Amino acid sequence: MSKLFSAENKAAFSNPINLNNPVAVQVLGICSALAVTSQLAPAIVMGLSVTVITAFSNVIISLLRKTIPNRIRIIVQLVVVAALVTIVSQILKAYVYDVSVQLSVYVGLIITNCILMGRLEAFAMQNSPWPSFLDGVGNGLGYALILVIVGFVRELFGFGSLFGFQIIPDSWYVANGGWYMNNGMMVMPAMSLIIVGCVIWAHRSINKEAK
Amino acid sequence: MKALKKLFDNIHPYVEEGGKFHAFRSLVDGFETFAFVPNTTSRAGSVNIHDAIDSKRIMSLVVIALLPALLFGMYNVGYQNALAAGQLGNATFWGMFLYGALAVLPKIIVSYAVGLGIEFVVAQWKNEEIQEGFLVSGILIPMIVPVTCPLWILAIAVAFSVILAKEIFGGTGMNIFNPALITRAFLFFSYPSAMTGDATVWVSQDTIFGTGFAAPEACTAATPLGQAVTEGFAGFDCATIQNAITGLIPGCIGETSVIAIALGAILLLWTGVASWKIMLSVFVGGAATGYLMQAAGLTAIQWYEHLVLGGFAFGAVFMATDPVTSSRTECGKYIYGLLIGFIAVMVRVLNPGYPEGMMLAILLMNLFAPLIDYCFVQKNISMRAKRAIKK
Repeated sequence: MSKLFSAENKAAFSNPINLNNPVAVQVLGICSALAVTSQLAPAIVMGLSVTVITAFSNVIISLLRKTIPNRIRIIVQLVVVAALVTIVSQILKAYVYDVSVQLSVYVGLIITNCILMGRLEAFAMQNSPWPSFLDGVGNGLGYALILVIVGFVRELFGFGSLFGFQIIPDSWYVANGGWYMNNGMMVMPAMSLIIVGCVIWAHRSINKEAK
Repeated sequence: MKALKKLFDNIHPYVEEGGKFHAFRSLVDGFETFAFVPNTTSRAGSVNIHDAIDSKRIMSLVVIALLPALLFGMYNVGYQNALAAGQLGNATFWGMFLYGALAVLPKIIVSYAVGLGIEFVVAQWKNEEIQEGFLVSGILIPMIVPVTCPLWILAIAVAFSVILAKEIFGGTGMNIFNPALITRAFLFFSYPSAMTGDATVWVSQDTIFGTGFAAPEACTAATPLGQAVTEGFAGFDCATIQNAITGLIPGCIGETSVIAIALGAILLLWTGVASWKIMLSVFVGGAATGYLMQAAGLTAIQWYEHLVLGGFAFGAVFMATDPVTSSRTECGKYIYGLLIGFIAVMVRVLNPGYPEGMMLAILLMNLFAPLIDYCFVQKNISMRAKRAIKK
């Protein structure tokens, strides 16, 4: 048991969440961070989907790592990821149909997410299944964390709601005689790029000495 | 002046290192160097002096050049209010001006308070000298928003642009984009209902402290440019051209009067603060594109009407010529200006969504200015290299 949670394994799990965050430090997976974060619910679903897919593709590739011929490894990795993405996509369609409609093509596009290929190439091909699993979960959660922060800011200021529930009182709005207006730019993908930039800014100023 | 100098001398001990009010050092420093030319000179081996006046003095000149447009804008706010209320006969000149001043002053105060506040905090935090760039941006911002723009969104936009368009890049002189235009772009894309449209945005319709008139319900007033786009060419009234030159049309506070802007342009060109090359080529580019568009039958707006309507003249004189964000090579300035004029008219004519293209044109060319400079510098280098090899 102590071996399962050795310092190395803990680091494989916790590093990607903070110090080696795939979005904030490695700047991977930015496209989907811009595309699916206009509301909180799809952002969370997307983050969880990527976490599940990264974790299990890491495990599968790690199990196969000694049998995969080096020259066709990318194809094998893609097949594994594509299979997992299809499964997740079908599950989403079955259980959270509304969100999967909102996510539209972006679930399918997880196949092309740089975080996945990066982890498979950099970690799963060299490590045994258990650390690979932890690494996959850590990277997925690190990605999800950024998505949740961006989604929170964008939904709160762009729609005045969180998870679809109105947070900013209706009586504040101009249409109801108040003074408040939703920030239209928050709904645009351009603003999520700026928010990701601010998150990276904050992250680097907090972790100045950790470089 | 002497009393002011004495006041600063008295304050100094309190804000020096270890003084009681050290937290306000940058504030005091900022105001002192604004009022008096500092007696410090650059150390040997660092920056050399390029000119007899420093950047605070240049900024003050631009602010003076903006005053005619600002004062006229105040009058026009009152004029449009009286016109909308149908009370033009009962309004006096000073009444309209007072009304406009009361409508515009809060915007100037908010813009300066938020922008300078952030600048002072950053200067104090980084232990740097206060930077003067916001002096001009702070007065430009209220002049390029509609008079009804709510103060709280103005404050957010100013904070956004000062932090994300300026301080992030290293403060005054390091910014890629014009901060005043970033403020406007933020407002334009974030709160479109408060920035464009023909409903009630362009004309102030309520009384302020008992001045002005309350307009009747459902009074609409579009800018002539907006009208030309939304209502087709039929809605475009050519008689407004005369008003567009004097400035008695609805629009952003400072942009309406071509005459007032021309006064500012004369001062800027006479003192050499702004580049005549950029100014001229923006107008030439806009006029040529406008002429071609009209000849091709894409628009009914004449080429000269493009130059006097909307923010074209204001942008050409005060925004495009910003020395920080424009091209620095002399040949590059022509390309930069021509493309601004070209893109501004293209957006106006070809994109029905945006009746005004000047802001987008200048921001886009701000982005390309370093590339233009790079090309001309490289061209120069290779030209000289060839000449040297030949001999």
